[in-house]
Amino acid sequence: MDRQNIIQIKHLCKSFKEVKAVNDLSFCVKKGELFAFLGVNGAGKSTTISIICNRLKKDSGEVYINGNNVDEGVSSVKKNLGVVFQNSVLDTSLSVKDNLKNRAALYGITGEEFSKRLEELDKLLDVSSLSKRAVGKLSGGQRRRVDIARALLHKPEILILDEPTTGLDPQTRKTLWNAIAQLREKNGLTVFLTTHYMEEAAEADYVVIIDSGKIAAEGTPYELKNKYTGDFITVYGSEEEKISSLGFPYEKVANGFRVAVPNTKRATQLIVGYPDLFDDYEVVKGKMDDVFLSVTGKKLTGGEQ
Amino acid sequence: MSKFLYLTGRNVKLFFKDKGMFFASMITPIILLVLYATFLSKVFEESFAAGFPQEFGVPDKLIDGFVGGELLSALLAVCCVTVAFSSNMVMIQDKVKGTIHDILIAPVGKSVVALSYYVATLISTLLICYSALIIGMIYLGAVGWYMSAGDVFMIMLDVLLLSLFGTALSSIINFFLSSQGQMSAVGTIVSAGYGFICGAYMPIAQYGKGLQNVLSLLPGTYGTSLLRNHSLNGIFRELDEMNVPSEVIESVKDSLDCNIYFFDGKVSIGAMFAVLLLSTVILAAVYVALNVEWKKHNKKNKINKTQVEG
Repeated sequence: MDRQNIIQIKHLCKSFKEVKAVNDLSFCVKKGELFAFLGVNGAGKSTTISIICNRLKKDSGEVYINGNNVDEGVSSVKKNLGVVFQNSVLDTSLSVKDNLKNRAALYGITGEEFSKRLEELDKLLDVSSLSKRAVGKLSGGQRRRVDIARALLHKPEILILDEPTTGLDPQTRKTLWNAIAQLREKNGLTVFLTTHYMEEAAEADYVVIIDSGKIAAEGTPYELKNKYTGDFITVYGSEEEKISSLGFPYEKVANGFRVAVPNTKRATQLIVGYPDLFDDYEVVKGKMDDVFLSVTGKKLTGGEQ
Repeated sequence: MSKFLYLTGRNVKLFFKDKGMFFASMITPIILLVLYATFLSKVFEESFAAGFPQEFGVPDKLIDGFVGGELLSALLAVCCVTVAFSSNMVMIQDKVKGTIHDILIAPVGKSVVALSYYVATLISTLLICYSALIIGMIYLGAVGWYMSAGDVFMIMLDVLLLSLFGTALSSIINFFLSSQGQMSAVGTIVSAGYGFICGAYMPIAQYGKGLQNVLSLLPGTYGTSLLRNHSLNGIFRELDEMNVPSEVIESVKDSLDCNIYFFDGKVSIGAMFAVLLLSTVILAAVYVALNVEWKKHNKKNKINKTQVEG
């Protein structure tokens, strides 16, 4: 079933002097989708997000949010968007509750309506235990929970997460993703994600990789893995000579060797052809890191190229 | 309306909760208090007493009331402007931290946000200045009270006008600032310099003629003079009742900036009010124009881009 395109970007261009930050970018995000937007720093991700959020004027092209052109229906576009910025931008000296109350008022949510919404968000993100504490005194994970609560105050249809989990411990990352998964399941929330963690991108419904402002590759993680990486057979307890004789590139890993093969069919042929060699092994598809490296020739690691 | 009220409340709260900003706004008043406590009060006391022939026998209470009035007027004159500058730093901090993006991502007009900064700055400034006024009056009550209800009302009006002026001036300057460095630089310059140029640390009458003429071009000078006039009115009335010759009283007024001269022409109290009011209106209009122009500029950009696309 072809779902409705909640974000549509057509031939988007934006330059800063001679630098083409975004160069004829076109893609769609479907309603309810977890959409991963990947690229190294300076690839044009933040510029695209800023244009979607109406924070930056485009040079040309069209951007539609839920059918509304961002140049025309600014107010309705803003009501549809919730944004979690790369760095927390809440008021550090104010309490969590004050922050949320002030931001909710910007959407006309006050009094009883705000209290009700806060209860709903509390069930999801457990923010009430933090409500009296100053945002500046919270840990990174707690602050992120509050950031997400702020972004969801007005029940947006699209949640833009700009590297939401950078610098967070694995447990907190898991908690945040659980909350987002719940929102997607219950409310059909569309999530537009940029991240440096490829395991997060691997969970996406659709991935767009941009490089120098242009789309370098797009598709589901499965499609991308099949197209841009092969399979890997990790063989345990074998001798290097025998592995080498297979004629495929390999690398030494703990207790064995990791052999790169073009696809699953070829892996099967090898295993069937050399039953003595493949006594203890596992076959896995390439990872999103491999896809990214193959597509852009660059590694995406924690904010560095 | 609720958006504006919540934003204004947020801005006021942020100023009072941010110890750095709050302390920065207190630097100039603290310097002033230290100067008075260490030597200025003694200088004023001696020069005031020396200004009258011995036969008048100026009582100590009057001298103390005079020094207290001088201190109060100087304190309020600096507070109205330096506190306005500091509390308006919320506007710059929002740009530096990126909070302004989070605010503007919501369906709220930029004009509402701009107005909220203006009103919040005015509220914070008035809260501090009126608190200072109350404390100052308690002090004057203890050392020598000569003010009438009219004087008190006029001081309150002066504080309101000067705060409006300080808010408008700081709004324009802060509009162009967008980094921590710029914020610190402006804060330091205002904190260090305003006390001198408004005649709070030392009456302008004691500066050279050239500098006096330059300072007479600044509207803040008239704010200080208004506050000085209304703080010391009771003292001058008392001197008049003591049959001190009006020439002597006028010369004291000259030396304390109660009389201000615009290139040798004496400026009346009414004219001082007019200058302050008019400059505030002009500055506020410039602030509005800056915001409107900025908005227009953005719109124009949008139209141009649409035409290019078409």
